[in-house]
Amino acid sequence: MKGARIVERPIDVRQLIAAVEEHRFGAISVFLGTVRDTNDGRDVSGIEYSAYVAMAETEMLSILDEAEIRFGVQSIVVEHRIGSLEPGELSVAIAAASAHRDPAMDCARFVIEEIKRRVPIWKLEHYKDGTREWIDPTRTDTAAV
Amino acid sequence: MSTVTVQLFASYAEAFGNSKLEVPLQDGGTVADLIKTIRSLPAGSRLPDSPRVAVNRKFAVTDQPLASSDEIALIPPVAGG
Repeated sequence: MKGARIVERPIDVRQLIAAVEEHRFGAISVFLGTVRDTNDGRDVSGIEYSAYVAMAETEMLSILDEAEIRFGVQSIVVEHRIGSLEPGELSVAIAAASAHRDPAMDCARFVIEEIKRRVPIWKLEHYKDGTREWIDPTRTDTAAV
Repeated sequence: MSTVTVQLFASYAEAFGNSKLEVPLQDGGTVADLIKTIRSLPAGSRLPDSPRVAVNRKFAVTDQPLASSDEIALIPPVAGG
């Protein structure tokens, strides 16, 4: 079971776990990414996520295929939410299941790192002082756009 | 000469005030040619020197030739998670 989706509704973690669980597996590793209420010392009121949906889903599936080759994990699902999210809300969830814990945990870690590196998803961060900024992890300074 | 449609997202769509650009391109023109043309537009200076480009939903190299039927997108720095 492999699945990768961009969704515009709240993520149901139990549903993702249910999609990968099987009696032959002794481990399910779950990674959850949530919206933080501060960033670089600024108070965050919310994040607007957007994506190039067709490519993002294709790219996430490629990552899952690569994860299978690296870790032998065949049951992995990921959902990334887009739209306006408030602090504390889930933005991304990954569930990886395997016979033993090491591959499942390594796999979940690999998938989130690769999503951050190459899946076309963007964050427009809104701050409590009324300003906003496109998040650019490649930039070293923190000046507002 | 043909025209290609380029999708823009996030900060790039904001910079150009549009989510799509129609860009003239010589026959056999490459990703590098496309970037050069887009950077010569009024808002083009707001792009980095070498923005990432996706062709048919895959990241493309700069010498990749383009066709008017290709699905082309400029990809701002990604920030998922």
